[in-house]
Amino acid sequence: MSETVRRKGRTGYLLLLPGVVWLSLFFVIPFYSLVATSLYNADGSVFRGYEMSWAFGNYTNAIQEYWGPLVRSLVYGGIATLICLVLGYVLAYAIAFKSGRWKNLMLVLVIAPFFTSFLVRTLSWKLILADDGFIVNTLQALQLLGDDGRLLATPIAVVAGLTYNFLPFMVLPLYASIDKIDHRLIEASSDLYANPIVGFFKVTWPLSLPGVISGTLLTFIPASGDYINAQLLGSPNERMVGNVIQDLFTDAGDYPAAGALSMIMMILIVVMVLFYIRRSGTEDLL
Amino acid sequence: MNWIRERIVLLLGIAVLVYTFVPIFVVVLMSFNDPASRLVYRFDGFTLHNWLNPCEDPSMCEALARSVEIGLLATLVSTVLGSLAAFALVRHDFVGRSSMNLLIFLPMATPEIVMGSSLLALFVAAGFAGQLGFWTILIAHIMFCLSFVVVTVRARLAGMSDTLEQAAMDLYATPQQTFWKVTFPLVFPGILGAALLSFSLSFDDFIVTNLNAGTTTTFPMYVWGVAQRGVPMQVNVIGTVMFVISIAIVLGGELRNRRRQAALA
Repeated sequence: MSETVRRKGRTGYLLLLPGVVWLSLFFVIPFYSLVATSLYNADGSVFRGYEMSWAFGNYTNAIQEYWGPLVRSLVYGGIATLICLVLGYVLAYAIAFKSGRWKNLMLVLVIAPFFTSFLVRTLSWKLILADDGFIVNTLQALQLLGDDGRLLATPIAVVAGLTYNFLPFMVLPLYASIDKIDHRLIEASSDLYANPIVGFFKVTWPLSLPGVISGTLLTFIPASGDYINAQLLGSPNERMVGNVIQDLFTDAGDYPAAGALSMIMMILIVVMVLFYIRRSGTEDLL
Repeated sequence: MNWIRERIVLLLGIAVLVYTFVPIFVVVLMSFNDPASRLVYRFDGFTLHNWLNPCEDPSMCEALARSVEIGLLATLVSTVLGSLAAFALVRHDFVGRSSMNLLIFLPMATPEIVMGSSLLALFVAAGFAGQLGFWTILIAHIMFCLSFVVVTVRARLAGMSDTLEQAAMDLYATPQQTFWKVTFPLVFPGILGAALLSFSLSFDDFIVTNLNAGTTTTFPMYVWGVAQRGVPMQVNVIGTVMFVISIAIVLGGELRNRRRQAALA
């Protein structure tokens, strides 16, 4: 394929201008406002106005007060990401290598359920996991759950909801990566007497790492920031950091604390992402 | 036994797919539910009532109409702005390419709660705390749809060589003619895909919207509200209709592709 020549001149800048202006005004500048808000004097209010006081205490207060939801967000998001990785890998591998002429249809079916409203879908999990529902009754019959045991309003329900809702974010990048693998390499490994399991861990898995990395990031980031699942499927004991930020902004009107907590969330995610990318040695994510 | 062993991965993959459809099955089932009480969410009996009276709660249909309106406007603006930017990124040379890529990547990597709260912080700081509503929601939706449009259209453009356009130019087509007769039709599927993606992102968004909506209610916000005090079954009617429409669009596109490929073969 011939390399497309990139034209020089003013047109490129003109084409970019409107999009860049929009993102600057409503994505970059808001970030500055968030940093500023997180450092306001906590004694102000939305109506009386806030005073900029470089109140770094907002951060230590937020960490002390909301340590639980912060850790919970990372743990729930992490577990959901791991389960998504296992389920998503099986599905992506099946589509890439085993589906034959049904490949496109299966890809369509991966995203199809997710066109129904996120909230409506999550509500139907509430029904599936209900106390007198099929799953709870079966688990009770198998003695895996006590007679008064339940799934709703437990961490299990929240993690199950997160896993379900963010699965496509895992499957699609994994598929893109696995589909590119040259099948002859896997055949070569079996010709050289590697059994299928050794072949998988020595050939397929390393070659699919770029998809694993972008898939886990794309799943973990929205899952740990989500609060819909925690609200609809959990109880106040499963509150995640998103629930707290939402309440602080809308109900409590405590903007500095909410801003500080948002910033902490963002910083944690950036640090984890950078560490993760460094460790896995892929820096061409963009 | 051998048959199963050979197909074990495919069967497991299909099992995962089936799992993703379980809640959809529940949504469709519940759309025919005749609930004994509004407070208990379970299947009590079959009825067509919900389908025949979709707007029994007028506030639901108002919220739905508002979501469609915001979705269409957000799709229009973000698709135009995003496609222009994608053309610039693939076809034009400019200073600051890597910071441009970063600016487009970051909104997709930022948790919605952080994006929503920073936008709210801006609106409040700028003195718009009292005017939160339709317009602030629209601004937010255009913002988070933009990156997805750029990425989708850019992928389509990057996978396209410009030999056909060069051929058109060699045959004395003006740049305008080349663009509208050759380039645009080739990129159009990418732009259409980006528009569909934008609409579903906007229509389905809750977290960013809820922070910046003031007292305005969109469909997801309506569902959130009734989730605390008893869900009308019509919500499931809307869920089913959305599912059917999107399946029809996607399968329609797939069928057309197959037919075109068959015609070319």
